[in-house]
Amino acid sequence: MTESSPHEPRPLAAPGELELSCRLPLLVLFVSAAVWLVIGSTFFLIASIKFHSPEFLGNVRWLTYGRVWPAAVNSLLYGFGVQAGLGVALWLVVRLGDTPLLQRGLVTLGAAFWNLGVTVGALGILAGDSTGYENLEAPGYAAWIVFPGYLLIALFSVLTLHHRRVRPLYVSQWFVLTALFWFPWIYSTAELLLLQHPVRGVMQAVVAWWYSGNLVVVWFGLAGLAAIFYFVPRLTQRALYSRHLALFTFWLLILAGSWPEITKSAPVPAWMPALGAMSAMLMLVPTLAVALNVLRTLGRNYSNLRAHPALLFFGVGAAAFVVAGLVRGLMALLDGDPLVHLTWFSRAMMQLQVYGFFAMTMFGAVYCILPQLTGLEFPWAKLVRVHFWLALAGLVLLVVPLGIGGVVEGLKLRNPEVAFADIMKGTLPFLRASTVGDLLLALGHLVFLTNLVGMVNRFYRVRALSAYAAATADLFKAAEARP
Amino acid sequence: MNYGALIFLAAFFALASSWFGFVLTPQAQVGQLRQTNTVPAGELYPEAPPGLARQGLDVYRANGCAYCHSQQVDQKGTVCRVVLADPGTNQNAVLAALLKVREDWTEAQAKEAIAKSRLHVLEGVAKEAADNASKALKAAGAKTELWVVPVGPDMARGWGKRRTVAEDYLFDSPVMLGSQRIGPDLANVGLRRPDPKWQLRHLYAPRIEVKDSTMAPYRFLFEMRKIEHERSPDALEDLPAELAPGPGYEIVPKTEAKALAAYLVNLHMDAPLFDAPLTLPAPPPATNAAAALLTNAAPQSMEKPK
Repeated sequence: MTESSPHEPRPLAAPGELELSCRLPLLVLFVSAAVWLVIGSTFFLIASIKFHSPEFLGNVRWLTYGRVWPAAVNSLLYGFGVQAGLGVALWLVVRLGDTPLLQRGLVTLGAAFWNLGVTVGALGILAGDSTGYENLEAPGYAAWIVFPGYLLIALFSVLTLHHRRVRPLYVSQWFVLTALFWFPWIYSTAELLLLQHPVRGVMQAVVAWWYSGNLVVVWFGLAGLAAIFYFVPRLTQRALYSRHLALFTFWLLILAGSWPEITKSAPVPAWMPALGAMSAMLMLVPTLAVALNVLRTLGRNYSNLRAHPALLFFGVGAAAFVVAGLVRGLMALLDGDPLVHLTWFSRAMMQLQVYGFFAMTMFGAVYCILPQLTGLEFPWAKLVRVHFWLALAGLVLLVVPLGIGGVVEGLKLRNPEVAFADIMKGTLPFLRASTVGDLLLALGHLVFLTNLVGMVNRFYRVRALSAYAAATADLFKAAEARP
Repeated sequence: MNYGALIFLAAFFALASSWFGFVLTPQAQVGQLRQTNTVPAGELYPEAPPGLARQGLDVYRANGCAYCHSQQVDQKGTVCRVVLADPGTNQNAVLAALLKVREDWTEAQAKEAIAKSRLHVLEGVAKEAADNASKALKAAGAKTELWVVPVGPDMARGWGKRRTVAEDYLFDSPVMLGSQRIGPDLANVGLRRPDPKWQLRHLYAPRIEVKDSTMAPYRFLFEMRKIEHERSPDALEDLPAELAPGPGYEIVPKTEAKALAAYLVNLHMDAPLFDAPLTLPAPPPATNAAAALLTNAAPQSMEKPK
């Protein structure tokens, strides 16, 4: 294969020692994350359709709404979210530290454990073994598989960070190191106090809120911001605007973000919702700091956005982070909780945080990392943009109708004259719009998965061809030598 | 911040403070709650649920009912209600006092009102006004009761009699407060729908009981079987034609469905407690002794402002 036809994959810069060291675990993590995304959005779609026709799959025990919905959320949070976050964390540790990954075999084993555990967890939820705690529904037996998997990946990431050849730490490394350490603590606390030795009464709900808030706000916040602070300067080829602002963001995110938001109507002492609301107000500061830092780093050179489709993902991700933080903060300042608690609004906020901010950031990161890892272009480069527009449209159609629908629902719930059935009917148009959003997102995920699988397929074809060429080189030489 | 150890310490400090504040401190506070006494009856609350209802909690958890139904109700505050328990002997004085309290009533209206038993003199007033009215009526020799009535949209919808408090969930594990109301709140569904048969029919086909309901059917909790000798007493009755089993067949709830229905009818969080006071209305005659005790309650002792 000496001359390359236009149909053959064009090699980029050849992967170096760093890329080779972490290629296998990262390919496993990213491709499985994309597969989970597709599984998750299938579940989301099924759950969504049930609002329009409640009898849809109504006789199927495994697919009743109360099982499909948590299975969807768990696929999104653990199958995709934490997995993609770990992949990006690994990459940042290796690149920024300029060190090859230690023990890539064990890290890959960790990724396999993680996927096995999440699979067992999702099947457990569908079989009716859900724990009943929101965002931690995977049954206790799945935790025994998931947790060692995480520890394997995190341990060797931290050791690789420790052996880094570039000693000064970049902003993203602070975020990554903290995230790696954060999850084991919150997860083991939640598993111990909820499943192994359950605490009593409402204390269970408090621990569950604490865990879920820490996972969604802090862990996803840390992993997502680490990617934004690394890739945005890199793609725009400008230095990060301010390291101090980033430090400030880091401190407030881990200090204030780790207090969970609790609705005021919850049957707990009043200081808990009050502290949670204070945290949301404090989070306004890091939110604005992120906005300033990203905007100043991007500068006014918008042509970058056209040149790097990945930058579009980071832009939307950062914007969603800022919007989510602002809405939360303003809701706390204006005391909007009594209006929107227990409505669709909270789900809109959750999707904005997890999907709008975190997932978009991860897409951008994967689109940047994979070509470097394999030394190849994506097989369908145009599909990256298609994915972006599908994801953006899906996100807007998911979050905006649910958010507005939630406020409308809250206003009606306040007025006891409006019958409850009428309130529910009133939310249906908003739910219809959000189902379209779910559908667009699902299409986007298919496009993402196709591109990833195409890339991996191409990569192994190139490797197989070159291995074949190397193995048969002597034969050809001998044949040429013969007269 | 160029040292990994420093970052680690920062993260450790932040997470430790959050853990201390939101896990350890609540555990020392709400985690240590024990059964309490109702006010003023002094009964132990909450009672352990019956065994079948406990199994029902598991069915509730397994099928994720909490994703559509919350189990927490809120109140805006409490108001008072003045009830004329006994007009006493001095009718004229009571009439005069009553007319002062209710300036909008004519004499004839007031007379008619006194003739009624347990007249609600004032509804939804502040504590002070209720106290004054009560005092004036007492001075005229009448017996009055002062009721504490929690109010708010949730109460007006009939979802509860008072706000829910931490004690209500002592026997739940897992505690499923729910985060969304796609369906009505279930904290007190046992008070609204005390009939397990209704619950079973509703689970089997929600729309035969509640028109326009968006609830999913739970037909997999039931089985269709051949009627052997005679119809099972549990079999669902009066099903509409399209859902009815063929002739010779019946639809019976599995144990899961029965347990879930038992759990639902057992859901009530209405005991008057120190942190959530309310006065329960007089129960209809021929009810159990515990409820009878509550009617004898001296209403004055219930005025713990909250």
